[in-house]
Amino acid sequence: MEIRRIGNSRATHGTPTPRPVNLPFTKASYGRPGQQRQSDHFDDCLGMEHITFLVAVVIITALAFDFTNGFHDTANAMATSIATGALKPKVAVAIAAVLNFAGAFLSVKVATTISGGIVNEKAGLQPSIIFAALVGAILWNLLTWLRGLPSSSSHALYGGLIGATVVGVGFGGVNFTTVVSKILIPAVASPIIAGLASWGATKLAYLITRGAPSTEKGFRRGQMFSSSLISLAHGTNDAQKTMGIITLTLISAGQLHKGDGPPTWVIVSAGLAIALGTYMGGWRIIRSMGSGLADIRPPQGFASETAAATVILTSSHMGYGLSTTQVCSGGIMGAGLGGPSGKLRWGMVRRMVSTWGLTLPAAAVVSGVAALVAEQGDWGVAVVGVALVLGAGSMWLISRRQPVHAGNVNDSDTATVDIPVTAGPTGQTTIAA
Amino acid sequence: MQIKWAALAETAGVSLAVTLAVVAVFALGNLALSRREAAVEAGTGKGVPALVAAGVCFAACAAVVLYGISLIAAK
Repeated sequence: MEIRRIGNSRATHGTPTPRPVNLPFTKASYGRPGQQRQSDHFDDCLGMEHITFLVAVVIITALAFDFTNGFHDTANAMATSIATGALKPKVAVAIAAVLNFAGAFLSVKVATTISGGIVNEKAGLQPSIIFAALVGAILWNLLTWLRGLPSSSSHALYGGLIGATVVGVGFGGVNFTTVVSKILIPAVASPIIAGLASWGATKLAYLITRGAPSTEKGFRRGQMFSSSLISLAHGTNDAQKTMGIITLTLISAGQLHKGDGPPTWVIVSAGLAIALGTYMGGWRIIRSMGSGLADIRPPQGFASETAAATVILTSSHMGYGLSTTQVCSGGIMGAGLGGPSGKLRWGMVRRMVSTWGLTLPAAAVVSGVAALVAEQGDWGVAVVGVALVLGAGSMWLISRRQPVHAGNVNDSDTATVDIPVTAGPTGQTTIAA
Repeated sequence: MQIKWAALAETAGVSLAVTLAVVAVFALGNLALSRREAAVEAGTGKGVPALVAAGVCFAACAAVVLYGISLIAAK
């Protein structure tokens, strides 16, 4: 999940009136023959029914993505707070949900671009491409959740957009320079910086409080604030991404004027979707991040969360796109290494890092295929929609075999502490099951 | 391709410095609270200076958090 404001126009909450003139994203501008619009009576347009179906599908899928984004990323803010006992699991996800919802309203600026310049949007992004991108992102989010691996929801979305654009428009539609400078470099740099800051902060915290009894309580209290700050920043940034997608789709359908901000119902529904997802709690990922990487004590949890919050806010302020997930994981890794034992479960580290590398290309491939099918028309969109529902449903069913929930999210603590932790991939692979 | 290494380095440097500063100040606040408890338990005083020091430390942390929230909201 990317923390970068991808737009800067002020929200206006007026009621939009359909006005089909000068709408660059309308069906007519896709250059399909026989659908040139000539009259102001938008509903008379031949392609209207098709647009409406697709728009409805895109909005629902965008909200579904928002939901997966929420529960995929609960762990970012709350994993270490739950692991150290700073917050009870249910309380933690409730706080995260409320703050994600509040975060959606915190900023009045909205996304005017979906991709932040990664794909060329000047010609207009077809709803079918957005749909295919969302499908790839959702499926990848669910797969990584099933395996308990934190991966970037934004990278999944961007990968999806890239894949769908390459299929729909061609390689020329993707700005690969922007991909490198806005995604790849921050993706590599940000977890390292967060890890370094967290490592140093952990060392410092232990150095300052050495010999002093009962300081863990204070760090636990601090964690409530640091994790709340991450939740708030997450809601602001990621809920806005969904708002941007829905708003641009509505513009492309002629329901909103170009340059309009999201209507209130879009803000509320995006905020609700991400909050609901957050409250569901991606417990598998919380377990991996909270106790799968290292045994985290309150000073380490506070240091890693502070490092993550700082890196997220600083980068956001400087206009860098980065993944909250990777920053938070990097912070936990640094705190693990900087802690009293200085131990890290390298098997889990390796699995996480390889997942980060896979996220973009994997989502791109899935979305590319989805775009290929969805472009065939309504039946293609329906086929992709059914495939999405079946894929998501089967992953949920598989997850029921070994459910992870609020009651057993910290259980792996006891399971893994008993095993002598060695710097190897063996013995730790059950954590995320 | 133009990559702004200076901006990247600045972001990294600021992040590092702020994290270390906040965690250090918070840890000092915790240390002060711990000293106060020790002083009260030992009966050597009420630990007022330690309490004041802790208050200053936590207030500084709160200020940084508020600044962070204002950064989110202002964008």
